[in-house]
Amino acid sequence: MGDIIDAENAFKVRLSIRTALGDKAYAWDTNEEYLFKAMVAFSMRKVPNRETTEISHVLLCNVTQRVSFWFVVTDPSRNHTLPAVEVQSAIRMNRNRINNAFFLNDQTLEFLRIPSTLAPPTDPSVPIWIIIFGVIFCIVLVATMLLILSGIQQHRRKHKGPSEMEDTEDKCENVITIENGIPCDPLDMKGGHINDAFVTEDERLTPL
Amino acid sequence: MAGTPGPDPPADGGGEARPAWDSKLQYLLSCVGFAVGLGNLWRFPYLCQTYGGGAFLIPYVVALAFEGIPLFHIELAVGQRLRRGSVGVWTAISPYLGGVGLGCFTVSFLVSLYYNTVLTWVLWYLLNSFQHPLPWSACPLDLNRTGLVQECRDSSPVSYFWYRRTLNVSADISDSGPVQWRLLLCLAVSWAVVYLCVIRGIETTGKAIYFTALFPYLVLTVFLVRGLTLPGAMQGLTYLFTPDLRVLQSPRVWLDAATQIFFSLSLAFGGHIAFASYNPPRNNCRRDAVSIALVNSMTSLYASIAVFSVLGFKAASDHGQCLDRNILHLINAFDLPEQSVSRDTYTAALARLNASQPARVAGLPLEACRLEDFLDKSASGTGLAFIVFTEAVLHMPGAPVWAVLFFAMLFSLGLSSMFGNMESIITPLLDLGVMPRRVPKEVLTGLACLLCFLTATCFTLRSGSYWLEIFDQYAAALNLILLAFFEVIGVVYVYGMKRFCDDIAWMTGRRPGFYWRATWKVVSPLLLLTIFVAYTALLASSPPRYKAWNPRYERFPSRQEKPYPGWVLAACALLSFLPTLWVPVVALGQLLARCREKTRDPLQDGRPKPRGGRAC
Repeated sequence: MGDIIDAENAFKVRLSIRTALGDKAYAWDTNEEYLFKAMVAFSMRKVPNRETTEISHVLLCNVTQRVSFWFVVTDPSRNHTLPAVEVQSAIRMNRNRINNAFFLNDQTLEFLRIPSTLAPPTDPSVPIWIIIFGVIFCIVLVATMLLILSGIQQHRRKHKGPSEMEDTEDKCENVITIENGIPCDPLDMKGGHINDAFVTEDERLTPL
Repeated sequence: MAGTPGPDPPADGGGEARPAWDSKLQYLLSCVGFAVGLGNLWRFPYLCQTYGGGAFLIPYVVALAFEGIPLFHIELAVGQRLRRGSVGVWTAISPYLGGVGLGCFTVSFLVSLYYNTVLTWVLWYLLNSFQHPLPWSACPLDLNRTGLVQECRDSSPVSYFWYRRTLNVSADISDSGPVQWRLLLCLAVSWAVVYLCVIRGIETTGKAIYFTALFPYLVLTVFLVRGLTLPGAMQGLTYLFTPDLRVLQSPRVWLDAATQIFFSLSLAFGGHIAFASYNPPRNNCRRDAVSIALVNSMTSLYASIAVFSVLGFKAASDHGQCLDRNILHLINAFDLPEQSVSRDTYTAALARLNASQPARVAGLPLEACRLEDFLDKSASGTGLAFIVFTEAVLHMPGAPVWAVLFFAMLFSLGLSSMFGNMESIITPLLDLGVMPRRVPKEVLTGLACLLCFLTATCFTLRSGSYWLEIFDQYAAALNLILLAFFEVIGVVYVYGMKRFCDDIAWMTGRRPGFYWRATWKVVSPLLLLTIFVAYTALLASSPPRYKAWNPRYERFPSRQEKPYPGWVLAACALLSFLPTLWVPVVALGQLLARCREKTRDPLQDGRPKPRGGRAC
């Protein structure tokens, strides 16, 4: 490959299979290389004017134990290598397919000098922090309202308290006789109920 | 002693009974919550690490015994005896000392402004922790989606999230920029939460404190257990606590220990006075003072163990990643098989390759990976919480859970301190009778919180974090030391040591012993004066500078040191002295008023009044 290798149009590829797959790592052999050539040829065939690219047009060399190698794509006449720009754009378009064929991703299957398009960020329509913020704000608002309302109620009850006592005493005079502030109901149906007024009188007289 | 009637109780302001604590536990938790704050978590571990690990505990304990506990006891005793907030207490001791209370009130106001802003930042991080992956784990893409944002690439995702996405900090303090609406929203919620908890004074804070004071301990324990089981934790802890006794020779250590104890116990804010004023009159404030101070210090130690086990893990993890990067360079350059060089065999492999092909090895961008360098990367304050710890959390499995727990803990730590701050603002206002009696307490607290919120919006500007550092350094430090000095002098020499000891004997059943009297009379005032002089000398020795985050700086991501512009220096000076100015101003005012009274009414002879008022 030395005579037609054109350093300008050749790309170095580096695979990190063990990093990606751990125990399930496969060994890199000639069959894998064949698959690689097939994927590159497939990518080139998608480029207009290059639909006749064959697997034999993709040349690999300098395969190391790292698993890294160089590759070029030649034209059908096998005399010239295809320009780097074309190969670059073809690989970029089909990067995902190539990665999936080898169970790798952009970081473990590196094409040096071919930058990968970064995945667009998956932003939800409403940022999550706003949702949590809304929840907390509503809770705080509701709790504050409850506290303020209960405070107003307590305030009102405290102020109405003394005047309410006077009202009931007026009413009692019409309905129930008050003896020493204790309402006595002679028609009490409960039976066996101690008449408080009577008891108080007794207590008053007993010490004598 | 039991038979003697107690000293005349001071008249309570107004016909309403003073609110009281539901239980002693509530009172203790409130004081502990006020004392234990963010500083216990992010200042004490840093000091321990910088000043020779375990050796720092010696000046710390000395400062606690001779400065912290005596001053704390004075505050609690005075508040419990005179049953007023800070302004009322000092006016009751002597009308000339009323300025001390006003000074405490002003400092509390300034501190609550910026303290709640820190809570705002914590809240922002908390809100952003409910997602996976965490937003500070990766750099965002730039505008045309070809790469990462430049600023983030040059620094780190964590720093970028803090400086750009949170603060949106400007490159210079004079460049204020617009208000950041995200921070403003979080500030509003922060103050709303504070208002919700302090709305009826200790009636509501007393309920809230059960959660906010105890929750941090729970989370610290969880972090401690988790941290100790992480790899590298033990190295972090041994590095932290290995004592280096040589540092004790430097006076700077003693100064920092003294200031740390002082600010850690939240002395001279007036908050402890306010809390103690709601106690029943016969309560053993001496035992309370000692136990709360000890709990505070134990918490600092506990927190530093938890923090440093996590930071040790982070250092080990960073060290491992540094080694991995170097190994990758080696493998890629020499085309060695994957995973042929492990972290343990790295040095041997490097030596072998260096022997055979030194030129190629020299051309590689290898970093020097030493574990000590990573352990040395200490940080304090916001740097620890928002940059170092958030990065450590990223490495832990289940990162969002740990982030949520961490920031919730920070928020409740800060919130319980805010209760004390707000009490030291609201209790004096209530005692002074600023609002008519008909107006309910909720309105007063609401107005106070609203005023604080509106003033604190200046910290949500783009230069807000620079202003916060100024407030932290200048508004609080010197004023508190001076005010504490006046407090001790006021109680011991103006109120009278004998009378004070009698009061304490009546309240606790035992006269203060020699240790207390010696520290109050001599040791603490001297210590405070020394600290004040040393601190001022330290601040004045170097022209004040600040570190700006400037992406255009040539040594970015290092922060650019810039001097403060003139008008900012004037603001610093104002902040440093304005609160303490109340003391001479009020004293002079009282003096003038007395002189005018005397000249107007010559029949009233200058009989010394029993309450310590001095004749003109």
